[in-house]
Amino acid sequence: MTQPVSSRKYRHGRWLRWAPVVAVPAAFALAFGYAGGWLAPHRLTPKRLIDQFQANAGVHPGYRRNHAKGVCVSGYFQSSGQAAAYSVAQVFTPGQRTPVVGRFAIPGGNPYAPDSSVPIRSMALRFTQADGQQWRTGMNSMPVFPVATPQAFYAQLQAGQPDPATGKPDPAKLAAFFAAHPETAAFRAWARTAKPSASFATDSYWGLNAFEFVDSDGTRHAVRWQMVAQAAADGATPPDNPDYLDADLRRRLAQGPLRWTLRVTLANPGDPTDDATRAWPADRTTIDAGTLVLQATEAQDSGPCRDINYDPTVLPDGIAISDDPLLPARSAAYADSYLRRTSEEAHLPGAARPSANTQPEARR
Amino acid sequence: MKTTPGMFALPARILHWLMAALILAMLFIGVGMVASVSERHAWLLRIHKPLGIAILLLAVVRLAVRLRHPPPPLPADLPAPQKLAAHASHWLLYALMIAMPLVGWAMLSAGGYPVMLSESLRLPPIVPASATAFAILRHLHGWLAMLLFLTFLAHLGAALYHGLIRRDGVLASMLGGTRKS
Repeated sequence: MTQPVSSRKYRHGRWLRWAPVVAVPAAFALAFGYAGGWLAPHRLTPKRLIDQFQANAGVHPGYRRNHAKGVCVSGYFQSSGQAAAYSVAQVFTPGQRTPVVGRFAIPGGNPYAPDSSVPIRSMALRFTQADGQQWRTGMNSMPVFPVATPQAFYAQLQAGQPDPATGKPDPAKLAAFFAAHPETAAFRAWARTAKPSASFATDSYWGLNAFEFVDSDGTRHAVRWQMVAQAAADGATPPDNPDYLDADLRRRLAQGPLRWTLRVTLANPGDPTDDATRAWPADRTTIDAGTLVLQATEAQDSGPCRDINYDPTVLPDGIAISDDPLLPARSAAYADSYLRRTSEEAHLPGAARPSANTQPEARR
Repeated sequence: MKTTPGMFALPARILHWLMAALILAMLFIGVGMVASVSERHAWLLRIHKPLGIAILLLAVVRLAVRLRHPPPPLPADLPAPQKLAAHASHWLLYALMIAMPLVGWAMLSAGGYPVMLSESLRLPPIVPASATAFAILRHLHGWLAMLLFLTFLAHLGAALYHGLIRRDGVLASMLGGTRKS
């Protein structure tokens, strides 16, 4: 069967004209799939990071995927005015008192982990300025972070995933990770002598990442900060009890407020701002920006910190993120964790639910 | 203003192409930032919020322009189901370009976040802080974005179909210029 030439030509042309009608939208769909990560299976996404936390510690509905065990605190920050020359943030105005809602926690995704299972404690704070802007920060009781990039952090989590046979991380995998990541040396040197403290109140907490203060001229100053405990460590050994930190905090707060000094370190030119594994030299200029006063504590399942995502990139005018690659990763991963736990709290379809045969999930 | 018969009014055409670029950029920024842990996450997020509010304001202006300058009628010989699809998809696009920024704004409000459009410009919350409301609005924001992208793909395919297959002047009425149908 042959068709007249003109008809074939017509059909051929018509087919060609259909091509862009299909191909142009298809190209947009593919590009969208790539941008959204669905067609980029090797890209490290917030979802993959948080999935790895769940692989390591299990799924505990309603809880944060990291620093799951914690307690709410509240109080205020009293500015000394000394940081006002470096940052226009209202929180640093001389004499300014800014309300704070915070949270003490221990690292890890298991909300039932014994308090002495790690030598690290964390302090997260949300300062709500009078102008409605906020400063959120998450700090840890260690001077440096083990790794400098989100990729290395992911590799560390993978290496620490418990072996199903033993329920513990494979020492060979951890050793291989540390061998491949010499930047972890400073952290490991600290960890060798670090002991779990008996109290949140006597620990000091480092911001770890570098940030920028922006002054009234618009000049940017690279900074790191630390909350230095005013309560002296009394050398007490932690009690033989999995949950002593919460009780200690309540006991101390019943006697009066607890205080920390916010010490801001100014970088010298050339100090690394993109590498949380490297501390700055001890001779750098520091300023005592003010005093954190914590007055009350509440359980995290009902306290005011429960629904706060302590995303360290939520900053007021006068404080900005640096080029530290961990900061955007923290922001993105915390957002994913926050959506999972709020979805669980809302009992949305598809969200994880507490199972009847595990430990009670009512406390957060 | 003089409107050429069979053409969209000039302000409508300008708003259409400007918003097409902004909304398409917004969709890619949105899915890109939530799927990234790199520096991209930070700067895409910084663009996302002010751009969303800009789209909301432009959408309101565009709705007013649309009511003042009715669009040219669809070709009389267009089958009824296609006419219905055209009208329904256009109103869906209007609804989404207004709803998306409002849902995003409400979602941040419910999550207790300060709604910052720049380092110092903050919008007030439009709903009270609530974890449940946050979770629902955050999922809604994502699903509506998918619906908006699919509607855009259909709109793009239909525009090319009118321009290349039917050649009925519908695409030319928005492209402008001196084309004849």
